[in-house]
Amino acid sequence: MQISMTINGKEYSHDIEPRISLAQYLRENLNLTGTHIGCDTSGCGACTVTVDGAAAKACTLLAVQVDGSEITTIEGMANGNEMHPIQEAFKENHGLQCGFCTPGMVMTAADILKNNPNPTDEEIRHGLEGNFCRCTGYHNIVKSIQHAAEKINA
Amino acid sequence: METFIGKPIKRREDARFLKGAGKYTDDIKLMGMTHSAFVRSPYAHAKILSIDTAAAEKAEGVVAVYTGSDACGTFGVPCGWQVDFKNGETMREPLHPLLAKDKILHVGEAVAIVIAETLELARDAAELVQVSYEALPAVTCPKKAMEAGAPKVHDQWEDNAAFDWCIGNDRTEVEAALESAHHVTEMTYKNHRLAPNAIEPRSYISDYDVNADKWTLYTSTQNPHLIRLLLCAFVLGIPEHKVRVLSYDVGGGFGSKIYHYTEEALLTWVSKEIGRPVKWTSDRTEAFLTDAHGRDHIVHSKMGFDEDGKIVAHLTDEYCAMGAYLSTFAPAVPTYLHGTLFQGVYTTPLIHLNVVAPFTHTVAVDAYRGAGRPEATYLLERIISKAAKEMDIDPAELRYKNFIPPFNGTSEPGFQTQVALQYDSGNYHGVLKRGLEMLGYEDFRKEQAEARKNGKLIGVGISTYIEGCGIAPSAVVGSLGARAGLYEVGHVRVQPTGKVSVFTGAHSHGQGHETVFAQFVADKLGIHMDDVDIVHGDTDQVAFGMGTYGSRSLAVGGSAIIKSVEKVLEKGAKIAAHKLEAAESDLEYAEGKWTVKGTDKSISFGDVSLTAYVPHDYPEGVEPGLDFSSFYDPTNFTYPFGTHIAVVEVDPDTGKVDLQRFVACDDVGNVMNPMIVDGQIHGGVVQGVGQALLEEVIYDGEGQMVTGSYMDYAMPRADDVPNIETDRTTTPCPHNPLGVKGAGEAGAIGSTPAVVNAVVDALSHLGVTDIQMPVTPKRVWKAMQTQA
Amino acid sequence: MIPAKFDYIKASSVSEAIGLLEKHGDDAKLLSGGHSLIPAMKLRLSRPEVLIDIGGISGLNSISEDGNEIVIGANCTHADIVNSDRINSDLNILAQTAKHIGDIQVRNRGTIGGSLAHADPAADYPAVVLACDAKIEVEGKGGKRTIPATEFFLGIFTTALAEDEIITAIRFPKVANGNYQKFFQSASRFAVVGVAAVKDGDSVKVGVTGVSGTPYRATAVENAYSGSSDAASHAVDGIDDLMSDHFADEEYRAHLAKVMVKKALEA
Repeated sequence: MQISMTINGKEYSHDIEPRISLAQYLRENLNLTGTHIGCDTSGCGACTVTVDGAAAKACTLLAVQVDGSEITTIEGMANGNEMHPIQEAFKENHGLQCGFCTPGMVMTAADILKNNPNPTDEEIRHGLEGNFCRCTGYHNIVKSIQHAAEKINA
Repeated sequence: METFIGKPIKRREDARFLKGAGKYTDDIKLMGMTHSAFVRSPYAHAKILSIDTAAAEKAEGVVAVYTGSDACGTFGVPCGWQVDFKNGETMREPLHPLLAKDKILHVGEAVAIVIAETLELARDAAELVQVSYEALPAVTCPKKAMEAGAPKVHDQWEDNAAFDWCIGNDRTEVEAALESAHHVTEMTYKNHRLAPNAIEPRSYISDYDVNADKWTLYTSTQNPHLIRLLLCAFVLGIPEHKVRVLSYDVGGGFGSKIYHYTEEALLTWVSKEIGRPVKWTSDRTEAFLTDAHGRDHIVHSKMGFDEDGKIVAHLTDEYCAMGAYLSTFAPAVPTYLHGTLFQGVYTTPLIHLNVVAPFTHTVAVDAYRGAGRPEATYLLERIISKAAKEMDIDPAELRYKNFIPPFNGTSEPGFQTQVALQYDSGNYHGVLKRGLEMLGYEDFRKEQAEARKNGKLIGVGISTYIEGCGIAPSAVVGSLGARAGLYEVGHVRVQPTGKVSVFTGAHSHGQGHETVFAQFVADKLGIHMDDVDIVHGDTDQVAFGMGTYGSRSLAVGGSAIIKSVEKVLEKGAKIAAHKLEAAESDLEYAEGKWTVKGTDKSISFGDVSLTAYVPHDYPEGVEPGLDFSSFYDPTNFTYPFGTHIAVVEVDPDTGKVDLQRFVACDDVGNVMNPMIVDGQIHGGVVQGVGQALLEEVIYDGEGQMVTGSYMDYAMPRADDVPNIETDRTTTPCPHNPLGVKGAGEAGAIGSTPAVVNAVVDALSHLGVTDIQMPVTPKRVWKAMQTQA
Repeated sequence: MIPAKFDYIKASSVSEAIGLLEKHGDDAKLLSGGHSLIPAMKLRLSRPEVLIDIGGISGLNSISEDGNEIVIGANCTHADIVNSDRINSDLNILAQTAKHIGDIQVRNRGTIGGSLAHADPAADYPAVVLACDAKIEVEGKGGKRTIPATEFFLGIFTTALAEDEIITAIRFPKVANGNYQKFFQSASRFAVVGVAAVKDGDSVKVGVTGVSGTPYRATAVENAYSGSSDAASHAVDGIDDLMSDHFADEEYRAHLAKVMVKKALEA
């Protein structure tokens, strides 16, 4: 099937099988390998991207379903070499270790902060319920998102 | 001059991860690469009656289909540790084939591999492989596996034991001491099975280059050199120098990526057969079914005390599952990584542990974060808290009474345990005192008494752990059955411009080696850490290595690098002395330069480096270049320790446990980067909390895994846990150059019993004395009902 | 994980979707948010030959008021419901419930119509549609009809929907005093027990999910409510198919049902 969508501000068009997930499409057709597949069944959140501005798990969307949408992936967050404030905050607060869940964490954090610019720790933790991290124990991820909120609000 | 050791330097690896530019194995695509899918057994124990691959072979896009009859691997994947029976009989070591041929021994065991042009087509074709099985009865519990008449895992032996083993004092002596003890506390429980669950699933690509007759294996492993060695020497019989193993970024390991897996070897074989690269990435179902699991001990233990509350003896019997086959380090885990920690932080004079390690119709059990030490700590810290309750002594007080007194391991000797090891240095009083202060223990007890009056169930649990890491002195582990040395390699290459490349056999999969190793190398050389680059995960670049596990990277890998740094400075001093026309003994090295003592005559590290590579004006008899490799073999393990304290509230209506506070005061020796050490503790603690409250692999009676997805295996999420309050004391390791002990596993070792102790404490006034882990709401509620 | 091959058709209207359902019969499945269906397809537990995507049908994603009722289009996502002012003020119990579903990402894509049609016995919405006496509006080749919530759920993954029928909207009465209580399953975060209570003076309507294979109205609780302080103890009266798993066996689940009913009644 022919699909086209805007990804990180750029138009793409491909002919793909309907059974290909958005995550697979990004990784295999566009080489946007920052979107990771951890469980492939919407459990772990590593594949989180935004679809028309809202966080979504790219493993559980068929690429054909989001034909015509605007997608942002982790690769679209930084402005050239200048990292997004959320990315900066993760670095400054050691909010990542192995880095595998990190893209999903950053994209989910973006959704959390978009809808709630001044979240409490509890709200952040609740907001991350769809994202597993096996390395950090979440402590520094929560801290990073708090710090990102301060940066964005400053 | 800027220094780096001990500072919370931000990680240099983060930028690539944060931009989605990490290079994990599944991110790699090679020209002409094929994809593979496995046909796996739905049965735990079955005879394979027939396999029909005809339809699959004819399916669209299929390149090849292999089964156990035509696949390689006469030798199977080997086990790296031999633990023999107490009576001297050799460990029973079954062949672990790359593809099952006649018999299935666990659910998920691979029967066939299908190679196709795309992953989709490989999966489609795999469904067309027809396998006919005759199902047989299975046994999954290690204790039941040893009962008469239990289904046998391997027919060639009379029972299911892989080995049995014991450690410590003479059993009859320990039993006698228990007989005459003033008080004996007894526990029977299961330290249940866990799935490691690195978020990156295992992934391999093998690429055989027919013209060079060389393989490149991209693998998500914690130890690339060991994989290459096992693969070449034991499984495929191919020349080691013809194989390059690359493990770039690896998305978490926690032990599960130490081992040499069948898929790794099979893909290597396949890529030569088909003459093209081939990739396999595990899906999450396969990860649950085939990644090595952790724990799975059935424990019965007795601890005896005298009238003053001093421990007089400790006797334990365990059944520890091995799974269907012996994974790489499996036999070491419930034995030398477990029994050797039964001294804990206590002066216990008599200890005996007996371990029976049976095969079961399950996937293998091997090291999972902590590996044997969390199991030892859980036992010691639960039983001492249970004893405290029974003897009506405060659990902190009972620990203080029994602690080994502080010793620094230099002017005071190390502590000789009853279970083979000698502790390096320790101050167990110090961490408990600080932990209790951080918590506000006295106030908590008052608050608890008040809360109970109002029907509120709050509790505190203490755990004072010790662990052995910095694995390990080769001769020692060799005498204990290890089939490898456990040294590490550190290579320091000073470039002509004075920039430094460091090649380490340790492997980072989240630990931050690229940053931390650069910190101490920079300080030792007196240069900026931006001028130091760390290379790992490539067998063509790094001479050799034993990889990262057992919290060994800094203590062993770091020490190897320090040895090479010292060689660089030693040779540099010769060159500097020549250039400064001074005696070497008159030079001192500081801030990146050699200075003639008492003068302002000096030469910089950069100038000496250049001289080494442009040796025109050069000392006689000295080789050009500034490039050293060293092997460091530690003289002892290292012994980090600490106190973990949990505060919980139990919902009296539902039994749900709310973890309200978690305090960790750890002593990991000297600290290179406190930010990273804290991060390691946070993550480890939450994994330990996961075991205490949430996670459990369950196999049913037929050997089917009930918890094979995130719908049924409860992973700790952000809102399941609080912030972790951390602090440290510092008792340097006396036997390695950096004075470091290791921090990777401490969190997972100390935390589990703290949480369970807290839950039992919250319910103790209701008569609850123990609850099986994980302490799920159902189990807590049932425990409350039994007592009510 | 890759689903088996299927044909994908994007329906642009309800009638087109019905026509496609009629044509493909058993081989077809409707796709809305896909958050239950796609994982099942990836595990190859579900293998439709034709997937009819109704996600893009216009007119199925509005939230409107119709007299004393609120009409929610089947394609409204859980996030739409959480964020709707109208629902927050006049049907707050539904917003409370939607907040408990999945996670941010799932709420952004999963739909109320899809969830009801899937009829997972541990889903959250069934409790609240039962307690509210909501009506499920459906359309099929025979035309439109309205199914009362109490007649909609027939068993595990089984509803009163005919093969060619599509949920178009859910019609709720406005609810001033309603409350949803959920005890989470710790792995999936589905409901071990979910209880919705809608109070009106001396009477109450109680919907229970997660306990039985079929979500139910706890009529014994409702009957006992005005006269008894112990109404919650009747939470599982007459239920003979209590679900059981490693998180909650029958005994514990029955206990939790009573606790959650009590909380919902007292809230």
